[in-house]
Amino acid sequence: MTTNTRETPQGDMVRFGLFTVVILAMPIWLMPFGAAYPDLMQKFAIYGLFAIGFNILFGLTGYLSFGHAAFLGVGSYTAVWSFKLLGMNPIPALLLAVVMSGAFAWLIGFISLRRTGIYFSILTLAFAQMSYNLAYSVLTPITNGETGLRVLNSDPRVLDHMMGAGEVDGPLVTNLFGMEMSGLPGFYFCAVWLLIGMYISFRIFRSPFGLMLRAIKTNQTRLNYTGISTRPYAQTAFVISGMYAGLAGALLCVTDPLAGAERMQWTASGEVVLMTILGGAGTLLGPMLGAGIIKYSENIFSAFNEQALHEIFAFLPDGIEAAVVSVAGLFVGEGWHLTLGLLFMLIVIFLPGGVIEGGQRISAAVTRLRGGGSGGSSTQPQPAE
Amino acid sequence: MDAILLQILNGLDKGGAYALIALGLTLVFGTLGVVNFAHGALFMLGAFCAVSVNQFIGLEQVRLDPDNLTPWGTPVEIREPYIVSWLGDTGHLLLDYSVPVSILAAIPVMILIGFIMERGLIQFFYKRPHAEQILVTFGLAIVLQEIIKTWFGANPLPQSPPDAMRTAADIGVLVGFDPGQIVYPYWRLIYFLFSALVIGGVFAFLQLTTFGMVVRAGMADRETVGLLGIDIEKRFTLVFGLAAVVAGLAGVMYTPILPPDYHMGMDFLVLSFVVVVVGGMGSLPGAVAAGFLLGILQSFASMTEVKSILPGIDQIIIYLVAVVILLVRPRGLMGRKGVMEG
Amino acid sequence: MGILQVQNVNKSFGGLKALNNVNLDITEGTVHAVIGPNGAGKSTLLNVCVGRLAPDTGTVLFGGKTLTGRAPHEINQMGVARVFQTPEIFTDLSLLDNVMIPTLAVRDGAFKVNAWGRVDGRAEIRDRAEAILENVGLGDKRHHHSGNLSRGDKRRLELAMCLVQKPKLVLLDEPTAGMSRHDTNATIDLLARMKEEHGVTKIIIEHDMHVVFSLADRVTVMAQGTPIVEGTPNEIKGDSRVQEAYLGGAHL
Repeated sequence: MTTNTRETPQGDMVRFGLFTVVILAMPIWLMPFGAAYPDLMQKFAIYGLFAIGFNILFGLTGYLSFGHAAFLGVGSYTAVWSFKLLGMNPIPALLLAVVMSGAFAWLIGFISLRRTGIYFSILTLAFAQMSYNLAYSVLTPITNGETGLRVLNSDPRVLDHMMGAGEVDGPLVTNLFGMEMSGLPGFYFCAVWLLIGMYISFRIFRSPFGLMLRAIKTNQTRLNYTGISTRPYAQTAFVISGMYAGLAGALLCVTDPLAGAERMQWTASGEVVLMTILGGAGTLLGPMLGAGIIKYSENIFSAFNEQALHEIFAFLPDGIEAAVVSVAGLFVGEGWHLTLGLLFMLIVIFLPGGVIEGGQRISAAVTRLRGGGSGGSSTQPQPAE
Repeated sequence: MDAILLQILNGLDKGGAYALIALGLTLVFGTLGVVNFAHGALFMLGAFCAVSVNQFIGLEQVRLDPDNLTPWGTPVEIREPYIVSWLGDTGHLLLDYSVPVSILAAIPVMILIGFIMERGLIQFFYKRPHAEQILVTFGLAIVLQEIIKTWFGANPLPQSPPDAMRTAADIGVLVGFDPGQIVYPYWRLIYFLFSALVIGGVFAFLQLTTFGMVVRAGMADRETVGLLGIDIEKRFTLVFGLAAVVAGLAGVMYTPILPPDYHMGMDFLVLSFVVVVVGGMGSLPGAVAAGFLLGILQSFASMTEVKSILPGIDQIIIYLVAVVILLVRPRGLMGRKGVMEG
Repeated sequence: MGILQVQNVNKSFGGLKALNNVNLDITEGTVHAVIGPNGAGKSTLLNVCVGRLAPDTGTVLFGGKTLTGRAPHEINQMGVARVFQTPEIFTDLSLLDNVMIPTLAVRDGAFKVNAWGRVDGRAEIRDRAEAILENVGLGDKRHHHSGNLSRGDKRRLELAMCLVQKPKLVLLDEPTAGMSRHDTNATIDLLARMKEEHGVTKIIIEHDMHVVFSLADRVTVMAQGTPIVEGTPNEIKGDSRVQEAYLGGAHL
C-alpha cells in the first residue's frame, strides 16, 4: 500500500528556491558539459517553458494535443510584428504574443475539447496543420511565407523612433531599455520568464484548480456526477498551456528576431510531447528536465561530423574503426532526427513514466536493498510533487 | 458540367491513395485496437520499393568503345543496363514497366515489414493506452523516414510510368463531350482502377473467407471472439501484414504521380487519419467513402474559380471538413457506437 | 408531495420500451428501494433521474424543479448524488483528494478557477473531508492511493464522496453488486448508519433482497418497464403479483 502525503508549502518554497538557483547558475555548472554558451542555454529556458506549459494540459488533464506548435508559431509571428510596428523592446512583444496565442488557443480549444481521446488529438492536429498550410499560402502577407518574417530597417517601429533609437547601424537586435537581448543577458531574460512560468506551474499543481484537472484525467464521469462542469476546466488548462507556448515562441524571436512557419509543423508539436513524457508527464520538474535533455542531445549529436567521429574512434583498429564510424555516423549530424525517433520509442517502451519516475524507481529499489523496509517501502512510485 | 466532371476525375487518384491508406489504418485499428502513426511510413516504404526496383533493374554496365573517341581523345563510354544486354527487348520492356513490376517485389517485402513491425513492436502495445501507442508509432515513423533519408537522400526521386501510359486519355469523348474537353492522364486512371481493384479484393477477402469472417467478427466484438477460443493473436499479425501490403501497393503505384521523398509518408498519414475520422473510426466502407470524398473535395477546392472566392481553401479543405464532421457527427460518416469513446 | 416525482415517463430504445408510463413519488427522508427482474427498466429509470438519459416523454421533478434536460453536473449541484454499480472514484488520487473534490464542488460550484490557493489551504474544508473519511472508517488510509483499495472500501469511499456534499437525495445502483458477503454486510451497516445519522433520502436499486429488507422503508416492484406494486417491505413480501413477476426467480 502506498501513501502520498501532500507537500507542504515550505517544502515547495525550498524546491522552487533550489530550482531558481540551478537555473540561474546554469552558465557555471553547464561548463564541464560544454553547454554553457548562451545560445544553447536560451534554448533550454525557452523549450523548458514550452514543455512546462504543455504539461499543464497533458500532464494534468491527460488531453494529448498534437497541435501546440501552432501556438508557438502564433507567438513568434506576433512578437516579430510587435518588433516591426512598435519597436525592439521585448516586453510589449511578449505581452502581445501571450494575448494572441491565448485567444487562438481559446478558439481551438473551444472546438477541439468537444471531443476526447484520440479524436481530440486529431482535431488539434488538424488545426495545427491548417495553420501551418495557411501560413505558407494565403497568409503570406502576414507570415512572409517560406522566407520567414524578419524585422527590417524600414519598418515603422513607432516606439523606437519616439525614443530616438530609430536609426540603427547593422542588424536589429531586441533590447530591453538599451540592454541588448543577446548572449548572456538574453539568457537571463529568458530565465526570468522561465522562473515565472515555473512558479505559476507550482501554484497550479497545488491548487484546487490543479486538483480538478487531475480529476479530469482520472475519471470524467465521476467528476460530472460530482457537480463539476469539466469542459471549462479543460478549456482553461488548454488556454493556459497555449499562452505558455506563445510566450516561448515570442522568446525565440527575442533571441533571434525571425519567425518561420516550420515552427508550426506537427513534428514540432511531437517534439514538445516527447520532452514532456521524457522528463515525466504530470510531474513538476520533468518537462524542464526533458526539454534540457532533448536540446542538449540535439546540440551534441548535430555538432558531430565524420571528422569528429574519426578522432573519437581513432584508438580502434582501422577496419573496425571505419565500420564503427559509418554506423555512428547515421545518428549524428544530419542523422539527429533518427536518434530522436529512437529515443522516442525507447522512452515510450521502457520508461513511459519518464526520467523522474525512473529515478524514483531506482531510489525505491535502493531503499529496499538496504533493508530499510520499515513498512514504508513503496511498490508503486508516486509522481513527484 | 465538364469542369465538374474533370474535377471529380482529378480527385479520384488522390482519393484512391487516401482510401487505400485509410483502409489499412482502419483494419489495424478495428481489429488490433492500435492507433498506428507509422502507417504512413508503410506507404512511403512501398513507394521506395518501386524506387529500389527501378534502380536495381536499371543498373548499368559501362563499356569503353575504343573505336569512338571523344574530342579529348578518350574512348566513349557506352552505358547499357545489364538487363538489356541480357534480355534484349524483354529487358527494355521490364525497365519501361518498372513501376508495375515493383508490385511483385513489394508484396513480399511489405508482408515481411508488416510482420516484423507487429511482432517486434506493436504486439506489446495492444493493452497500453492510446496515447502511448500514438507516441511509440510516431517515433517509429520518424526512424523509418530518417533511414530512408540517409539511404536515398532528401530529394524527390521522380519515377516514370510506362511509355504507353504517359499520355492522356480523352475520356470526355466517350460520354459525349467534344474532344479535348475532358482529358485525363492514363496513369491516374490506372491508379484509380488499381485502387478500386485492391479495395474490392480486400472486401472480397473479408466477406468470402473464413479468415475474413473472424476478422470482421473481431472488429465487431474483440472480447467475444477471443473467448470463442480462436487464436486471435496469429490473425492479428496477418491483418497487420495485409494492411502493410495495401499501404505499400498504394505507395508503389503512386510514384509516377508524386515523386517519392522521405517525408511523403508523414504528409499522407495526417491526411489519412483525418480520412479515417471522417469515415468513422473502425468502419471500412466509411474509410473508403471518406477517402474518395475528400480526394474529390480537395480537387474541387483547387479550382481557380473556388480559390478566387475563398483563397487558401485548397490548403485546408480536408481539415475543415474533418472539424465540421467531428462536431456534427462525432462518430464520423459511418462510425459505430462505442468505438473510441471515453 | 414527495421530494422526487417521476411523472408519466416513457423511454424506448429502438423498438424496446424500457420505461412504460412510469410514475413514482419518493417521500423525503425515506429509503425507497426499486426492485424487479432483469430488464425491468430499473437502471434506465435511474439514468433518467440523473440526466444521463433524456426521457422520450414525461418529466422528473426534484423539489418541484424539473430535472429533465439538465446536465449531470447541474443535477448534482441541485443536491442529487449518485453511486454507481461499479464504484466510480478517482483511482489516481489519494483518498483525501477524492473527498476534497466533492467538498470543493459544493463550495466553488460547477466551475471556478482557483489556481492560486492551495487545496489544503482552508482548514475547514480539509477537516470536513477528513471527518467524513473517519465516519466511513477510512480515516487511517486517507493518504493512500485509492486505486489500491478493495471493492468494499472503494464503495465506502464513493459513499463518503456523496455524503460530504450533504445531498438531499442519493441514488444507488446496486450498491452491493459483485461484493463478497462480508463487504455486503459492511455496506448495509454503513447505509443503515447513514440513514440514522444523515437522514438523506435514498433510492436504491437492488437485486439482493437481504439488502432491500434491511434498509428500505418503501419498495417499488417493476416489471417490463412499469411499476406494478408499491408498499412497505412487508406488504411486498406477501403480494402474489410480485411472486408472479419474478416467476420464482427470487425467494421472498
